[in-house]
Amino acid sequence: MDSIIEISLVLLKGIKVTLIVLFFSIIFSTVIALVAGLSRSSSNLLLNKFTGFYVEIFRGTSLIVQLFWFSYALPGLFNIHLGSDIWAGILAISLNYGAYMSEIVRGSIAAVAPGQTEASIALNMSKFQRMRMVILPQAVRMMLPEYGNYLIQILKATSLVSLIGLTDILYYGDIYRSTHLSEAPIVYLLVLIFYFILALPLIAFTRKMEKVSKKGVAHG
Amino acid sequence: MTWSWEVFFEVIPIIFKGMWITLGLTIACYLFAVVFGFFWLLLDRVPLKAFRWMIKWTTEFIRSTPPLVQLFFIFYAWPMVPVVGVSLNPFTAAILGLGIHFSTYLSEVYRSGIEAVDKGQWEAATALNLSTQQKWLKVILPQAIPPTIPMLGNYLIIMFKEVPLASTIGVVAMLHLANDYGAQYYKYVEPLTVVALFFLLLSYPSALLIKKLEMKFNRRFDKKYITES
Repeated sequence: MDSIIEISLVLLKGIKVTLIVLFFSIIFSTVIALVAGLSRSSSNLLLNKFTGFYVEIFRGTSLIVQLFWFSYALPGLFNIHLGSDIWAGILAISLNYGAYMSEIVRGSIAAVAPGQTEASIALNMSKFQRMRMVILPQAVRMMLPEYGNYLIQILKATSLVSLIGLTDILYYGDIYRSTHLSEAPIVYLLVLIFYFILALPLIAFTRKMEKVSKKGVAHG
Repeated sequence: MTWSWEVFFEVIPIIFKGMWITLGLTIACYLFAVVFGFFWLLLDRVPLKAFRWMIKWTTEFIRSTPPLVQLFFIFYAWPMVPVVGVSLNPFTAAILGLGIHFSTYLSEVYRSGIEAVDKGQWEAATALNLSTQQKWLKVILPQAIPPTIPMLGNYLIIMFKEVPLASTIGVVAMLHLANDYGAQYYKYVEPLTVVALFFLLLSYPSALLIKKLEMKFNRRFDKKYITES
């Protein structure tokens, strides 16, 4: 029992970094997903193809490889220093999940019934009005459950930043384990529980959004 | 540190050797997950509410915690567990860790497939006085499995991209070889780029293939789904 409290206190030190990475990754990847998803729905061929290229590159390679690439290769190759490794981690996770989530945005926009677009053209709405007032409000509802799932994925992905030396929950768990080998089961179980507690609100959000997206939609 | 084509071409054969291990590990993990996924589904049919509730939260727990930590648990912590603990080599630990993690996703896929079978099919099977075995093998599963094939394929690609996690517990595959090379010569850019290229070369064509499959299946099995593009 004493060791559980002791280990928990050690792990708590890492929660700050995990939450910072999680918070910024969610914000950035959401913005990237919206911009990239809209670009892919656009009729501008150059914009569309360029975004498509970005999305396929980031979806086609593994997140962990991207993470190492951003942390080792980027500073050397282009002399870009992101300040600290935390930004390399946030950048890699955001670009990776931004690419994945842009596909939900694109898919949801494509799934809005074509009659809606036709009706708004008939009402003489501009392209921008059509997107903002008719298409997006319907598309966003469809996106939400999948979006919640990706938030959980992002939380899980934040554990990777310990591999590039950031001091998150897993990092402190590893440090503790390396000095108390026989307590390894409790250490990792507690790390898992910590992540699960962080995931609980996201799980609840996803469930809620599943209900929201179904509400008032005719099935058949 | 600048880009050097010489190093780039030098590391290609080195990384290529690791590719087979990555591919082999992907398939091994995937097969484990495919089988184990059914296991969750069976457990979910045990006629005991408390037990099912426990299973539900166990899968939820496995699904929403990082696979990296689960790998560490199996590799570093499992040998220390009293009585049942055994040491595992990195390869086995990776198969177990990633396999169990993904089995929770696959069981959801199976469930969605079974739930998508029309209610009338169940009723018809009962009306025709089919035995439980006949009902499942002749009526339900033949309709439930094919529509899930594209989803199962997608998970294979996702699994492929998660397998480099195994390099952290010492499976010598692509990423591990790249990091070793980097540590030895202090050249990370080229080997890591080669690894990324290999991943792209393998996963992009497979993703296109899955997309094609998906369209084909959608046309064949369900008019309700709207095919993209």
